[in-house]
Amino acid sequence: MPLLEITDLTVSFDTPDGVVKAVNGMTLSLDARESLAIVGESGSGKTQLAFAILGLLAKNGRAAGSVRFEGQEILNLPETALNKVRANEIAMIFQDPMTSLNPYLTVGDQMAEVLILHKGVSKRDALDDSAKMLDAVRIPDARARLSMYPHEFSGGMRQRIMAAMALLCRPKLLIADEPTTALDVTVQNQIMELMADIQREFGTALILITHDLAIVAGSCLRTLVMYGGRVMETGPTDALFEAPSHPYTRGLLNAVPRLDIPQDKLLTIPGDPPDLTDLPAGCPFSPRCPVSHEPCATVMPRLESFDSARLRACHASREAVA
Amino acid sequence: MSAPLLEVRDLSVTFKVAQQGAWPWSAPRLLQAVKDASLVLEPGQTLGLVGESGSGKSSLARAIVGTVPASNGQVLWRGEDVVGMGAARHRTHGRHVQMVFQDPLDALNPRMTVGQIVAEPLRTHFPDLSKAEIRTRVGAMMERVGLLPALVNRYPHEFSGGQCQRIGIARALITEPELVVCDEPVSALDVSVQAQVVNLLQDLQRDMGLALLFIAHDLSVVRHISHRIAVMYLGRIVEAADASDLIAKPRHPYTKALIASVPIPSPKAERSRHRPVLKGELPSPIAPPSGCVFRTRCPIAQPSCAEQIPAVERIGADHLVACPFADLAVT
Repeated sequence: MPLLEITDLTVSFDTPDGVVKAVNGMTLSLDARESLAIVGESGSGKTQLAFAILGLLAKNGRAAGSVRFEGQEILNLPETALNKVRANEIAMIFQDPMTSLNPYLTVGDQMAEVLILHKGVSKRDALDDSAKMLDAVRIPDARARLSMYPHEFSGGMRQRIMAAMALLCRPKLLIADEPTTALDVTVQNQIMELMADIQREFGTALILITHDLAIVAGSCLRTLVMYGGRVMETGPTDALFEAPSHPYTRGLLNAVPRLDIPQDKLLTIPGDPPDLTDLPAGCPFSPRCPVSHEPCATVMPRLESFDSARLRACHASREAVA
Repeated sequence: MSAPLLEVRDLSVTFKVAQQGAWPWSAPRLLQAVKDASLVLEPGQTLGLVGESGSGKSSLARAIVGTVPASNGQVLWRGEDVVGMGAARHRTHGRHVQMVFQDPLDALNPRMTVGQIVAEPLRTHFPDLSKAEIRTRVGAMMERVGLLPALVNRYPHEFSGGQCQRIGIARALITEPELVVCDEPVSALDVSVQAQVVNLLQDLQRDMGLALLFIAHDLSVVRHISHRIAVMYLGRIVEAADASDLIAKPRHPYTKALIASVPIPSPKAERSRHRPVLKGELPSPIAPPSGCVFRTRCPIAQPSCAEQIPAVERIGADHLVACPFADLAVT
């Protein structure tokens, strides 16, 4: 049984401008201890997917489909039942650590709160555990840091605190939403090393959500590429980077300048990211696709498997993409 | 030899910041955003400025444009000092130097139409132009940056991030400047759109002979667009060289660490990448370390680094580095 199994998940929002379709029939599964990178640009639905898993959608949001965690349906569970899943089973790290931490509480107080609420331990034990966890995410002098406020830490340190907080209840799955985007490149490296260490030491499964292909290359074994709320392709990271099977993946890889290989001119993907209130009936990427043809705009291609572990959703042949 | 287009000599920028917990009347502390920065930019060339947040790259750019005052040093435009210029003279100078900002939507007035936004610099710098002439120039410029001229009466919020950045570029180029200072122009954009804007800037540079001062924290993008790169750390330029030379043969330990930190979008290259994880984060610019500012994170720091500020030395033709121990291998 997979740890997490998502089937045909849709997420939409009612807004004054119409219905925003953020996620449009996502299917994915993740085994225990596995690491999966979800790559997409803004508006690809990657963050709303994570929010739907944890029941964190905004009030005007609706999720349908199925999200099973260890076989149990967790989509649209009542709040009390969801609270047991959150933190205990699945925890999340957000993009901006400053806005995710409470500025009025000391780090120790907000960390201890998690344990007191979820595990029912005493404040003293909770603080002990918190200090140990800060130590585990390599925050020097952890004990003394418990009485400090979030603003007294640097960006990288705050992200470490977020990670420590997420790990307090030893979740089986950690979802990290753009954990390095707000950080400088030298600090980014430190946080990615930390993610790898966490996986090794705590045996946590990891979903890394990011727009940055370069970060994925060095971190997750499996990669899933999203566009317009749908899976474009998924497979082992090595194979996917080596021979992308979808024109969107190919385009993304071409558009990133590389430090190790100088290019004359960057190859671009023409056009703009999709308007989620007005998606084409077919493939959301078809208006920007270089190999788009007859059925693309009207018929959404099915997600089909090839090369044993890979899936792709594209009407064009793999030869046409390469 | 004629003077370069832009020359910055020993430029310093200092901000006064209130002391935390101090009385309102106690003396403010000084934040040294830029210290003794020197650089040269020739016409038609791109100088990339890289550094982490807090390194002072934006402050340096703003001091060059004149939107923040320099506390020391000179900014020479074709040999003439801009810092000491009178207000009127400075305004005419503004026609030659324009700026493109990081957040494309924030940099545009939400209550002006695209046409008004792009035309504004023309109205300021060429008040004698007729309405018809302005309209023609705005239309031509919009077309040049890849926007439909028919959209002149739309407002910024009706455009995507990439299109807003094109509007920002059109506004910067309408006065036909010789230098455009781009402060993180693509970092707020999606990868697929980022490449479009980078290519647009390169095309415009070639066609109009523009010099670019391109500021970004993303070394890969800077390396792609720049002829020459200067690396900043805590207000100081620690190394400067031709782009390919700097990436292939970095000398300063910070440049080395920065290059080694850049992730590469290839799993194979990532596995073989040697990553000397740089410890810690940028120290506070209010209380920078004594001597060499990088010594607290430097893998090859020597006891003497705490005492002396390293001089900028010329090694090779156009390679400047501020580290006397640059030859020591990083282990």
